[in-house]
Amino acid sequence: MPFLELQNLQKTYPDGTRAVRGIDLRVDKGEFIVLLGPSGCGKTTTLRMIAGLEDPTGGRITLDNQNVTHLPPSQRDVGFVFQFYALYPHMTVQKNIAFPLENIGTSPSEIEAAIDRVARALSIKTLLDQYPRQLSGGDQQRVSLARAMVRTPDIYLMDEPLGTLDAEHRLELRAFIRRQQLSLSITAIYVTHDQEEAMSLADRIVVMDGGKIRQIGSPSEIYTHPADLFVANFVGSPGMNLLSGQIVQNGDNLTFTRPDTDIHIPIRANIAPAQVVFGMRPEFIRPANRGIPGKVILSEYLGSHGYVHVDTPIGELVMRSTDRFATGEKIHLHMNETHIRLFDPDTETALV
Amino acid sequence: MKYLRWLVIIPYFCLATLPLCWLFLTSLKTQEAAISPTASLIPSTAENTAPGSLSFSATLDAYRKLATPHTGKAHAFFHYLFNSVIIGLLSTLTSVVLGTGCAYGFSRFRIAGARDWLFFILSTRFLPPLAVVVPVLMMYRVFNLPNTHLGLILLYTAFNLSLAVWLMKGFIDEIPRAYEEAALVDGYSPLQAFYKIILPHSATGMAVTAVFCLISAWNEYGFALALNNAEAVTVPVYFAGLQGNIQGIPWPKIAAGVLIFVVPIAIFTVLVRNHLLRGVTFGTIKQ
Repeated sequence: MPFLELQNLQKTYPDGTRAVRGIDLRVDKGEFIVLLGPSGCGKTTTLRMIAGLEDPTGGRITLDNQNVTHLPPSQRDVGFVFQFYALYPHMTVQKNIAFPLENIGTSPSEIEAAIDRVARALSIKTLLDQYPRQLSGGDQQRVSLARAMVRTPDIYLMDEPLGTLDAEHRLELRAFIRRQQLSLSITAIYVTHDQEEAMSLADRIVVMDGGKIRQIGSPSEIYTHPADLFVANFVGSPGMNLLSGQIVQNGDNLTFTRPDTDIHIPIRANIAPAQVVFGMRPEFIRPANRGIPGKVILSEYLGSHGYVHVDTPIGELVMRSTDRFATGEKIHLHMNETHIRLFDPDTETALV
Repeated sequence: MKYLRWLVIIPYFCLATLPLCWLFLTSLKTQEAAISPTASLIPSTAENTAPGSLSFSATLDAYRKLATPHTGKAHAFFHYLFNSVIIGLLSTLTSVVLGTGCAYGFSRFRIAGARDWLFFILSTRFLPPLAVVVPVLMMYRVFNLPNTHLGLILLYTAFNLSLAVWLMKGFIDEIPRAYEEAALVDGYSPLQAFYKIILPHSATGMAVTAVFCLISAWNEYGFALALNNAEAVTVPVYFAGLQGNIQGIPWPKIAAGVLIFVVPIAIFTVLVRNHLLRGVTFGTIKQ
């Protein structure tokens, strides 16, 4: 029995917008799930339905063996971290953190102990007497995390909690969340559009688009075996190189080729000749003495590595490289054939 | 720039307070000094006043006389002041409470035809109030409401409610929903979230609304005159009635009463002036 289960969950707004179009997801206790997708994909709506802040228009939510589909938020044991912190401006940090405990009959000494515990964990002990407006964004989000954690809820729901922070605070707080997750094995659903955040935090990533789930899997599964063209393109920065062409019989071997070129890339998959979309991650392409000829049209230098855009007879390819190339330089590219991914151009789903 | 500012403020301040100063001086005068053709401006003791000089003999008689009923009136001034206070405060309180609740509903819940309802609420202010004096009077007679405090309280509440709803809706719309949602997931019911989160945040709006409602109820004349001739007469109606009295118009007494009538409102407005300023500019400044 999964700890949290979403069955055909749907949300259609009164204006007819179908934000979530039937989602099935099973989450085990202690799992850290990240909902990843572009804005408007329904990930935040899904999270708010789990919290009870939106009423589902279809489907069912089961949390800890209880049907909570239409229960008000106060009757579900969830902790919610908002993107814009949502700290109560008229209360001090201390009051903010104490707020979730105050109406469940917690004694003052227990409240004090609980505040001390979370304030220590999040290193905000010195901020307890201040008001939210006096704090930086990073500190406000720490307080907001503390407020969610003080009650030790069944499940944590986080709506892009790091989205508005600057890079330094983002990495620091991300590491903190991951450490908490590993040491306390909390169950959490975390929403983000940042794939790096998703990769670093998640036990499993749920990629969403257009109100539907595109793929559920571990970060490495999502990255190495994208289920469809959307995931292939959305996950990874830059995304996968995608070329449409066909598989042809070339003597004893199958090869991928495109019209108007005589370049053939060997395919070792068990597949019939057909129209396909050919995919390859930039890091599996490298410069070589022989191979696909091309001309460098753009070179992006990022410090530890760079991305080189190369115009070749089979189309433009992006290559990850530690070497630097001048624009206009003529080079040859080699592809690591074991990392070729093929997709059906009509259904857009992965073939092998 | 700084001096230029004072150059504008000081003359305007003098101009604005001139009537109040004149009122104050008149309230210290005797009836003779008040209607004397030569204006005397400096309050002084009786010995120092010569005829035709700028000084006059100051006395608190006018204030003392307020405590005794004027000829032809059933009660002393303070009776009418008490009427004004009761009617003003209760109608303001009712308007703000109802207005806040109503505005919260319009701001946070999906209400069928909300825009039409809001327009309807605003439209009650399109007609000049005095245009409906006769129908209101006839309706009130059916319910025995003329000459009662309740009658005026209901009427002022009805007039001020549309303003209260619109003002409060503006304020509550500005409170991010995330605060309430945070309270909901923190285990509070919607009602608890309303009084723990929404009420503290709309205090400013309620103060602003209260000032506007109080001023309009406090100064209202037309209905107070039409609906009352005995029990619930308010101060504006009382003073208007003193004119044309056989003893001549008792200017010092009127001045003293008006001063007592005006000062509480002025003090109240000054006390909440920071809230008022914030209220007027609300939403124009990113917090």
